[in-house]
Amino acid sequence: MPEAELVLQARGITKRFPGVLANSDVSFDLRKGEVHALLGENGAGKSTLMNVLYGLYHPDAGEVLVNGAPLQLDSAKDAIHHGIGMVHQHFMLIPVFTVTENIMLGAETDHRSRPDETPLARLDRREVAARVRELSRQYGLEIDPEALVGDLPVGVQQRVEIVKALYRNASILILDEPTAVLTPQEADDLFDIMRELTRRGVSIIFITHKLREVLAIADRITVMRGGKVVGSALPQQVNEQQLASMMVGRDVLLSVTKTEAKPTDPILQVENLTVRDVRGLPAVRGISLEVRAGEILGIAGVQGNGQTELAEALTGLRRAESGSITLAGRSLTNASPRAFTETGLAHIPEDRQKHGLVLGYTVADNMILCDYYKPPFSQAGVLQQSVQDAAARKWIEAYDVRTPSPYVAAGKLSGGNQQKVIVARELSRPVKLVIANQPTRGLDVGSIEYIHKEIVAMRDRGVAVLLVSAELDEIMSLSDRIAVMFHGQIVAVVDSRKVSREELGLWMAGAHPQAQA
Amino acid sequence: MDWKRFGFIGFIIVVLFGMVVAIGKDHTPPLVIIASMLATTLTVVTPLALGSLSGIFCERSGVVNIGIEGMMLAAAFFGWLTSIYLNTIFNFAPMFSLVMGVLAAILAGGLMALLLAWLSITFKVDQIIGGTVINILAVGITGFLNRQLFFDKGSIFGGNVPHAPGLLPIIHLPVGSALAAVCGGNAGCLDVANALNKVFDQKPIALLSLALVLVTHYVLFHTRWGLRTRAVGEHPKAADTVGINVNRTRYINVVIGGMMAGLAGAYFTLESVPSFEPLMTNGRGFISLAAMIFGNWTPFGAWAAALVFGAAQALQINLQFFREFIPAQWAFLQQSYFVGLAPYLLTMIILTGIIGKTTPPAADGQPYEK
Repeated sequence: MPEAELVLQARGITKRFPGVLANSDVSFDLRKGEVHALLGENGAGKSTLMNVLYGLYHPDAGEVLVNGAPLQLDSAKDAIHHGIGMVHQHFMLIPVFTVTENIMLGAETDHRSRPDETPLARLDRREVAARVRELSRQYGLEIDPEALVGDLPVGVQQRVEIVKALYRNASILILDEPTAVLTPQEADDLFDIMRELTRRGVSIIFITHKLREVLAIADRITVMRGGKVVGSALPQQVNEQQLASMMVGRDVLLSVTKTEAKPTDPILQVENLTVRDVRGLPAVRGISLEVRAGEILGIAGVQGNGQTELAEALTGLRRAESGSITLAGRSLTNASPRAFTETGLAHIPEDRQKHGLVLGYTVADNMILCDYYKPPFSQAGVLQQSVQDAAARKWIEAYDVRTPSPYVAAGKLSGGNQQKVIVARELSRPVKLVIANQPTRGLDVGSIEYIHKEIVAMRDRGVAVLLVSAELDEIMSLSDRIAVMFHGQIVAVVDSRKVSREELGLWMAGAHPQAQA
Repeated sequence: MDWKRFGFIGFIIVVLFGMVVAIGKDHTPPLVIIASMLATTLTVVTPLALGSLSGIFCERSGVVNIGIEGMMLAAAFFGWLTSIYLNTIFNFAPMFSLVMGVLAAILAGGLMALLLAWLSITFKVDQIIGGTVINILAVGITGFLNRQLFFDKGSIFGGNVPHAPGLLPIIHLPVGSALAAVCGGNAGCLDVANALNKVFDQKPIALLSLALVLVTHYVLFHTRWGLRTRAVGEHPKAADTVGINVNRTRYINVVIGGMMAGLAGAYFTLESVPSFEPLMTNGRGFISLAAMIFGNWTPFGAWAAALVFGAAQALQINLQFFREFIPAQWAFLQQSYFVGLAPYLLTMIILTGIIGKTTPPAADGQPYEK
């Protein structure tokens, strides 16, 4: 393939923050019509580099060239003006606005067809909607211009973001961790869209830490670590293992090594459980399942098929409409979360920042949230700070939490370290059942490896594990048995060694012939 | 606005109007009573409608404004002071003095709002505290200056409250007359025309407030400025990433909101009564907030909700005409204090959320940090 022209170049970018060298002499370039993947762990400096390219940060040294001409990018407006568009990991969309309103915001067309001028001119929504329809037809991005963004599934919202950039005539697209919020099917759709975009001459920077995706879609790969570019590669010439080592700086185990499960007594027994969601609609419809000591039962399913409500009911956070929950022989249907905890439940919740930690509390305080009220942490109602301090230091060491001290607010830690604080709190107790809901969502390879090892170690110690995850790879590599959830029901329970990725995907989509049963 | 809330508003208004008609119908034709009630409602709803528009501008851009009451009070005082000053000290014509008074009131409201904006946007002070500062400041300043200027010996006005230059005049909107022209001698039709004339005999600020409800709706939902304002109040970061200056947008909206409250203040001293009393706004700013919330932060919704409060107040005023006709079993209605409670009771009922919950702008009350 002849080398296409360079549309974007960053030369020797250095960006320093107080105490951190976020980018050190980073160079990066993008050719017309290619997907250039930027791979790196959280904190590797990918986001800093992108914020420099998008005009949000001003680099301390180095220069940015667009189509060969050096540019001064002082704001996102400058970047947009030069054809750079960015799809942020957390969408920059307004849920109560329509698709059209979101797309035109900041670049509106009014009835006098003058863009971006008089504040009180009447907006021309029809004109913009027509333009949106045209763009979506042109690039195969199906969206309804009149729909409210808040009503749209995440995958469609992402398309709105892409059209928003195209509407501003972006020819360079920065996609920041675009698959983090997508289901495997949605991610495949996104890749199709990316291929269509590049075919039409759009150049894409694809930021991610998911190796399989990089190999699937990228034309070139650049790997960052510790604020520096540590290497680049062509996808045909590397494998996941090599990329992971480059990213982490040491050899990593990508697949979990585990021995055969030796399940014994049933620990969690669920009979005919029905649970309603926040809106009062049935989310879990008559589920029965059993998790035995020494096994990992994985719950696979596309987000929003009742997994969240199931996990909440099994941890005492949501009322069960009917059915029963028995944990270690004790009936706990609609018992309090504390009753669950005291019976031997460890819960790694889905949203670590909302339900897993008190972000404003210190690491040490977060670590004893489950048993602060009991000896030895509490004596006659008084917290024993020296006991807490010793325990916190021990766990920080044992669970490899990277924190400057036990007395740093949990909110200050990186996602991986926040998750380790939760893991330390939950798994250091004498538990019988672990419910881990999306335990590695948004974490980097190193942390994922660590958390997976801990979960398998719990199983090997004879603990029952219920793993809920939207990541098919995670479900497949960790679980001993897999239950697939679809529309609030379990449509299949299979042996993880005897099922293929494709088969599971079909079950998850509700398409398997046996799913009708 | 959903049907439940509009239904509630309609129901309360019908009940309030029905009470007066039921009591007075043997002495005055119902049409005349209804016209009188409508006219009074449209008059007294003025500060409430303007107050809720003030809240809408601020909160749609993401700044909670509980200082509307204080902005109104300060504006009422400074508007009045300006008109008196121009009229008695500089001998300007009463009309000119009144108009300048209205402008001064708008300016005073805008300046109070600028203070709120400065505290809550630039210094990111808790906005409830910022609004409280405005309310306390307004009570203090107006009370102090009122005493200093008008009641202390040796003050400019020498201890005598001077004659105010009067009040803004009634503007006769010929709505009823237009109807009368096509009535062609039909008596019933002429009655309606007369009634309409009475309803639309309103003063300038009252009429302006109706226009401003329409203008605000248009600006908020059909213009570039409105779209950006709402974006900033919902998701400031999203607005920032498409090049909208969040803090500047908020500043301007808060000041516009303050000017709305300022116009409401002018209603009290330049259009309603020709004098200033300490604390004369009497909770209207807070009732406006309730109307804004019940109206789901929309101009039409807030205006409709404000009508309920206006109708409750109109009930109190109109019942005075029929005092002696109130039947014995409704004796409690003779207590005007009891009837006067109605708007405040309604506020509490509405704010409990029994009549349906409303949703504030998502970033309402949150300072923007990059």
